Amino acid sequence: MAHDITADAAHAHEEHHESPVVFGFWLYLMTDCIIFGTLFAVFAVMRNQFAGGPTGKDIFDLNGVGIETALLLLSSITYGFGMISAHQNKLGALRGWLGVTFILGLGFLFMELREFSHMVAEGNGPDRSAFLSAFFTLVGTHGLHVTCGLLWMAVLIVQTGGKTVLSERMTNKLTCLSLFWHFLDIVWICVFTFVYLMSVI
Amino acid sequence: MADAHTDHSGASHGSVGSYLTGFVISVLLTVAAFGVVMAHSFSPSGTIAAIAILAAVQIVVHLVFFLHMNTSSEQRWNVMAFVFTVLTVFVLIVGTLFIMHDTSINMMSR
Repeated sequence: MAHDITADAAHAHEEHHESPVVFGFWLYLMTDCIIFGTLFAVFAVMRNQFAGGPTGKDIFDLNGVGIETALLLLSSITYGFGMISAHQNKLGALRGWLGVTFILGLGFLFMELREFSHMVAEGNGPDRSAFLSAFFTLVGTHGLHVTCGLLWMAVLIVQTGGKTVLSERMTNKLTCLSLFWHFLDIVWICVFTFVYLMSVI
Repeated sequence: MADAHTDHSGASHGSVGSYLTGFVISVLLTVAAFGVVMAHSFSPSGTIAAIAILAAVQIVVHLVFFLHMNTSSEQRWNVMAFVFTVLTVFVLIVGTLFIMHDTSINMMSR
């Protein structure tokens, strides 16, 4: 009996071994969580400091936010399909899904930059009030993360090009970006809930 | 999660089914959050509570179906780091709100 358990445990350990690279990246994501937690705390303190300027109700366009949310959520599942292809060693499908994810991410970024430029053009830039400073810092930091994720994704599409089999190192890179991309989607859930939706109530 | 499986390289990852399940639940929760706000069917404080709960549920759905977090032994340190981070962020946000609220009351700025 005891022998069986030990054998099972050893077997399970062999099967479920997770790369220290992926765990290290997970720890980095946890520190990123704290950055975003800090920015959310700042926004929560500043959310009513309008300095006579516009409130969230005046300037937020919920339809645009809804489309951004849909793009990011779709890109999460297409990256997931890409990872499934990677684990089945279907590299053509992997690159296809990464390409779709990249385009969806780019669409998100385009919508966000268009929203920002409209706000700045109307004189509602980050210098207008404490509320808008906090808004641009928080949402801008998320957008910067998405930009970095897109650059990383483009690099991985190039690096997997012409390969027939994925090395363990490449699989780890893809897994890390998968964690990063899904993590950004989780941050976006908090952004659209606590920044956009709560400001228009 | 019954349909998660492990391949030769070891990392646990989802199946098409588990990704689709997570996606459908997320879409429903997102639509519900936008719907509650746009329909103005609850009082303001009721709406805030409703969308906060919807967001919390959706975060858990993402963690389980997209980030494949689970209670298995190989995930123990990931989960521990995550729980510690959630606690830190909780202290950070609640502490900030409490201190700033207290300050503004004592300075009679609102």
